[in-house]
Amino acid sequence: MPQQVFRPDRRRLGLLAIAALVATLAATPRALAFCGFYVAKADASLYNETSRVVMVRDGNRTVIGMASDYKGPLKEFAMVVPVPAILTREQVNVADRAVFDHLDAFTAPRLVEYFDDDPCSDMRRRGMLDERMMSAPAGAPMAKSARAERDLGVVIEAQYTVGEYDILILSARESTGLETWLRQNGYRIPPKARKALAPYIRTGHKFFVAKVNLGEQAKTGLQHLRPLQFAFESPKFMLPIRLGMANANGPQDLLVYAITRKGRVETTNYPTVKLPTGKTIPVHLKKDFKSFYKAMFETAWKREDRRAVFTEHFWDMGWCDPCAADPLSADQLRQLGVWWLDEGPDGGAPPGVPAGRRRMPQSAGGPVEAVVTRLHVRYASDTFPEDLVFQETRDRENFQVRFVLQHPWTGPAACPEGNAYKDSVKRRQDEEIRTAANLTGWPVGKLRRQAGLGPEAPPEPWWKNLWKR
Amino acid sequence: MLRLSREDPRILQLAFLGSLLLFGVLVRDFSLQPVQVALCLGTALGWQLALGKGRNLASAAITGLGLSLLVRADNLWVHPLCATVAVVAKFTLRWQDKAIFNPANLGVLLAMALLPGAWTSPGQWGHAWIIAGWILMLGLGVTLRAGRMDSALGFLACWLALCAGRIGWLGQNWAVLGHQFTTGSLVLFSFFMISDPRTTPDHRAARYVHAATVALVAFTWQFGLYRPHGPIVALALCTPLVPLLDRLLRAARHQWPTPPPPRGLLDAPASVPS
Repeated sequence: MPQQVFRPDRRRLGLLAIAALVATLAATPRALAFCGFYVAKADASLYNETSRVVMVRDGNRTVIGMASDYKGPLKEFAMVVPVPAILTREQVNVADRAVFDHLDAFTAPRLVEYFDDDPCSDMRRRGMLDERMMSAPAGAPMAKSARAERDLGVVIEAQYTVGEYDILILSARESTGLETWLRQNGYRIPPKARKALAPYIRTGHKFFVAKVNLGEQAKTGLQHLRPLQFAFESPKFMLPIRLGMANANGPQDLLVYAITRKGRVETTNYPTVKLPTGKTIPVHLKKDFKSFYKAMFETAWKREDRRAVFTEHFWDMGWCDPCAADPLSADQLRQLGVWWLDEGPDGGAPPGVPAGRRRMPQSAGGPVEAVVTRLHVRYASDTFPEDLVFQETRDRENFQVRFVLQHPWTGPAACPEGNAYKDSVKRRQDEEIRTAANLTGWPVGKLRRQAGLGPEAPPEPWWKNLWKR
Repeated sequence: MLRLSREDPRILQLAFLGSLLLFGVLVRDFSLQPVQVALCLGTALGWQLALGKGRNLASAAITGLGLSLLVRADNLWVHPLCATVAVVAKFTLRWQDKAIFNPANLGVLLAMALLPGAWTSPGQWGHAWIIAGWILMLGLGVTLRAGRMDSALGFLACWLALCAGRIGWLGQNWAVLGHQFTTGSLVLFSFFMISDPRTTPDHRAARYVHAATVALVAFTWQFGLYRPHGPIVALALCTPLVPLLDRLLRAARHQWPTPPPPRGLLDAPASVPS
């Protein structure tokens, strides 16, 4: 991931991770195609210092977008990203953060709720509802002199301004020279940076260095930094995460939204594990879903020895069920870098490369040749010794992390089936508590108290009803 | 039906692959359906029965289990198709009475390259030392008894040297080596695919040459061309090397131990060749 660097005033500088300020979308429940109500989601705003990277990839063509939640003084912001080739001005773009937020909302883990029907209704009496309940679907500063650069083995390959960013593309012969150059030019980089830079120099990477042009930033009228995107061709389907570890204090969260044409994306050098989904959890967790989700993720992460990459979502981008946000329009997908929507008979070209004719934009929710995989990585220096390497599989089976609330019937139930229903609700609630405790590591007693339930009743002796007539 | 000699290493191999499947399905979420395993195994055994006159069913079972462990599919026809191609090719694509392709390798390659809805997940095993150690030890046991320690260890030694060289050249942390070398899928490839005694060269020196070449091609594929599944692709690419090496360096062909005859026949005096 991008390397965080510091300006000369020695104040600390935060890096990537935009807070997805789209939680308000969740405030309005929406009726859905399948029989539940989507009520909440666990989006990127859950985590502090979360990097969000959108990777659009087909063949060797790649568009990478990086969104930052940097909240410090803009004049102190700078980032260094290893890139596989020299990027020209046309290969770099500044994106609209709202599109990144929309993608985050579209793929966010979600909570849906169901309501039990009247147990005394005809449908219930026919014994149909139990079955339905149980089968809820799973759900830069400038260089001092050219001579000094040459002495250090650092070459400014390109230099331009895009949007509110001043960008330099550097190449280097060796890491000590690059480190010295960065320091001499006002970047404060962490002590371990040289070691982290070396492998990228050896493998021919260039360094994309961006800082904020305050004049240009003021013209945007925005209070935040917009995501940076760059398009290139490379056989390497990977994300450089090692550089960002040099100045990290602990594990960092990274959300990767891989948009491809054929199938699900996974890592080839780390296990990719699907998070639990489709579980029914206690209804009182509705108001505390984000805490629940964080605890659930932490538990799953520890269970996998802190070394796995987690799949949170894989879905066709043309539709959703249930929808945490509307599918993205063709225009939004294009903004994210999905170039093949524009492909004509002569083949398409990614942004930055002269493109052929464009088709009329498709409307939201229509058929679209794009699938999105949302991967959640919590990485640290000791557990992720290598950069993330990906592959696109041919797996097309949709997957989403979804939790279910099943509200009991609260109206009168004065019929013989009513008592049996109440018993079944008690059993169900006990099970939901155990499920939540197992998923989060929270104590059963605490969950029962929060749910307003007393201690769990001991099971009835097996003989109790043996001779009852 | 499945008669094996006590000396036959395939007993251990079958037990190991079976337990690995159970472990993967129950513990590691291999996204594998039991019916896919059944279809894969059933098809491999069916073709072996039909074409092999009932002999070497253990080999077909190993091929079926190996394919189940390596191939993932979102449908039910990919596994039996791979098993069919793997076993049928063993009987039909031959050179001087020796199967040209490693059966499991051919099946996996077919799935990866051509079949819709099929893929392989090299990262699915995790990197826990304990898993790798477990696989390593059992694998060693199997291979020692199969007399093909040289292929597995030759490949692993070369792979280790190449990876270590790259890490040293890049100036990476040496933890990367442990990470790369404790990949379950790499050890599985070494001890259950490249070590197949029926499709590796007959001569010992030739087996080392073959193993080293596979490691070099796999390394180039994975770290030079940045493509996944290096070892599997490399083994397939090095297929023509086996008959060539067999021609250059001649040696006795591997035979699986013959199971003991039924007890009643033991009364007859054994004919011992002089």
